[in-house]
Amino acid sequence: MIELDGVGRSFTVRQGPRWRRRGGPRVVHAVRDLSFHVAAGEFVGYLGPNGAGKSTTIKMLTGILAPTSGRIQVAGLDPSRRRAVLARRIGVVFGQRTTLWWDLPLRDSFHLVRHLYKVDRTVHAARLAELCEVLELGGFLDTPVRQLSLGQRVRGDIAAALLHDPAVLVLDEPTIGLDVVSKAAVREFLRTLNAERGTTVLLTTHDLGDIERLCRRVMLIDHGRLAFDGTVDELRATAPGETSIEDVVTRLYTRPSPS
Amino acid sequence: MTDLVRTYVLLAYTWVRAAAQYPVSLAITTVAAFLVTALDVAAIAVIFTHTRSLAGFTLLEVMFLYGTAGLSFAIADLLFGNVDRLSQHVRAGTFDAMLIRPASPFVQMAVERFAFHRVGRIAQAGVVLAIALPGLEVPWRRAWMIPVMVVCGIVIFTALWTLGGALQFLLTDAPEVANAFTYGGGQLTQYPLSVYGDDLVRGVTFIVPLAFVNWQPALYVLGRPDPLGLPHLLRFLSPAAALALACVAALAWRAGLRRYRSTGS
Amino acid sequence: MRTPPSWRCPTFSLYLTIFRYGFRRHAAYRAAAVAGAFTNTVFGILRAYVLIALWQARPGLAGYDVADAVTFCFLTQAFIGPMQVFGGTLDLAQRVRSGDIALDLVRPGSLLLWSLADDLGRAAYLFLLRSIPPTLVGAVLFGIRFPAEALTWAAFALSVVIGVVVSFGLRYLVALSSCWLFDDLGVQSLSLVMTTFFSGMILPLVIFPGWLGTLARALPWAAMVQVPADVFLGKADLAGALAFQALWAAALLAAGALATRAARRKVVIQGG
Repeated sequence: MIELDGVGRSFTVRQGPRWRRRGGPRVVHAVRDLSFHVAAGEFVGYLGPNGAGKSTTIKMLTGILAPTSGRIQVAGLDPSRRRAVLARRIGVVFGQRTTLWWDLPLRDSFHLVRHLYKVDRTVHAARLAELCEVLELGGFLDTPVRQLSLGQRVRGDIAAALLHDPAVLVLDEPTIGLDVVSKAAVREFLRTLNAERGTTVLLTTHDLGDIERLCRRVMLIDHGRLAFDGTVDELRATAPGETSIEDVVTRLYTRPSPS
Repeated sequence: MTDLVRTYVLLAYTWVRAAAQYPVSLAITTVAAFLVTALDVAAIAVIFTHTRSLAGFTLLEVMFLYGTAGLSFAIADLLFGNVDRLSQHVRAGTFDAMLIRPASPFVQMAVERFAFHRVGRIAQAGVVLAIALPGLEVPWRRAWMIPVMVVCGIVIFTALWTLGGALQFLLTDAPEVANAFTYGGGQLTQYPLSVYGDDLVRGVTFIVPLAFVNWQPALYVLGRPDPLGLPHLLRFLSPAAALALACVAALAWRAGLRRYRSTGS
Repeated sequence: MRTPPSWRCPTFSLYLTIFRYGFRRHAAYRAAAVAGAFTNTVFGILRAYVLIALWQARPGLAGYDVADAVTFCFLTQAFIGPMQVFGGTLDLAQRVRSGDIALDLVRPGSLLLWSLADDLGRAAYLFLLRSIPPTLVGAVLFGIRFPAEALTWAAFALSVVIGVVVSFGLRYLVALSSCWLFDDLGVQSLSLVMTTFFSGMILPLVIFPGWLGTLARALPWAAMVQVPADVFLGKADLAGALAFQALWAAALLAAGALATRAARRKVVIQGG
């Protein structure tokens, strides 16, 4: 469902104002030679310290950013070339910022999504009713998005990303800043979605609770390369001496960089 | 194409409906838009209390120029003026949100927070034109040019806004540069170009084709010789100029978008 | 009990710090300021041509000659940044809407003076980046009439500072008005209309006809553009011009102080 083969993404960083620049522009490799496959129906956690290349990967998977090298296929499409077609087959949630219309009531956002994604009216109504019930959106459908609490907004974002029943759901830190109750609700929803509908889920997070409770498979990216790919148990096994998963991941993060 | 229009209308309708939830606010901002632009006409009126002609043009003729340019500018601004918020969207990350939806990011940008109150400005320009036209006694055989020039003006201003937006892919920190061309173009076309220096007029004829918004076709409508003695043919070339600028703008926008998606900044 | 010898200094240095902070805060937006200067220059050129056409049709109108009119035009563009002629708002307006104003009102020190010091810092920065370039370009392209005497320059500097204070006083009242109004869009729009038209921004107030001209020249907005420009051009009696500005500045600051007291009563005591 998601295939990356030798994907690289570099940025040219210009330093300081033009007249003060010394030497040439600096090239930063946000992602280098990244390869992994995610099969349909998998639930994969994508981990990595800040600046490791997680967001760059997400942007390339969704077609926002074109890779500098390598090949990407998501739901059978090249994201950067077939952005608009791909958009109908994937759902994207950014935990830190919303893809809903900030000044419009939640209901209007859902209505717009139906038209933009060309979802059949009756299918949409049924799906919206279902999502409203499971995500408990009923109480704030008529509230403008900017007035929603973070937990409410993230649930609204998840619903909007799923209204067109995508085969793949990509979530960038969906549980960041949520209280324990909201977090549990979001996790439970994602687990059911994956188990019952077979939606492929890829999620980035800093919350290891998400990983332990949700993901059968974990990938860890560091300095733009895949540093680990396996099950949660295999992840633990990399550091038998550590007791908590936090310590295991900390060890992986703080290894000297492979250069 | 029909898909783009459908998306535009759908989004615009949603924003208007949301704005209509606060009718008092909507009314105040519409009236304010009318009044703010009316100040430009007040300035013209004050000028003509001191003189009967400005650079060879009478009050009614200046009002005609103002009304046609104002109409084009206000309609283009209502429909596509929001494109100049590109750098804001890039900085806030909302532009990425537009890229993950299955719709043209240009249309989404143009219609974001569709500002219905700007019809106040359209109305204002319409009123000025309606006052000027009867007094000018334009013969019917030349009046056909008036709707043509307004439409060409809309296309030219829209293209300028698009260029301004495309420029912001490069200058994320200084979106105001685009204002000099969009709002500056709106200001320039309010007065007969004979007011300005000859070099400036040649520049807005052959480089940034603002002279084709209203000046050249208006010379035809008003039946006046070109004060600079430029070829007579120019007054019929507004559609060609509008089309050419629109193509340049479309290419610039595509290049900007490609750059954004290959740099992520 | 002994009064410290410099009991005033801490307060003054506090506001000086805020002034510097305001300056530096805006220095972070240098690219935007440069872009603004560019736009101001373009508009200066366009408007200058219109005024030249008018003064060619009516030489000596209102006691200005063509050089005076062109100078006036570029000065108006130079004042846009520091005086926020296009109805720019204070950050305070946003804080009133979000309710954060309550935090500002309980802070020690005067909210009015605090905001004023910050705004003067902003104006000082924008004067450097957005006032000087358009004026220089105008001087090169059209020729500008610079004052010959040092006294005129000094009076002009003072006049610009008081002009910024007047502009601040008006914007402060607009910002605080949202404490009482559910929707401040109306006040903001009105402020924009009044400022652009009655400051002399669109056309010099000296050519406004009859009673409209008399009225426009007596209103506070005249203190923002018309009066400093007249001081620069040597068209005004210096003492009278500065007194006119100072009077409006004092009146507006007094109104601002009263409004602050009322706002504190409303926000802090009644709880918003």
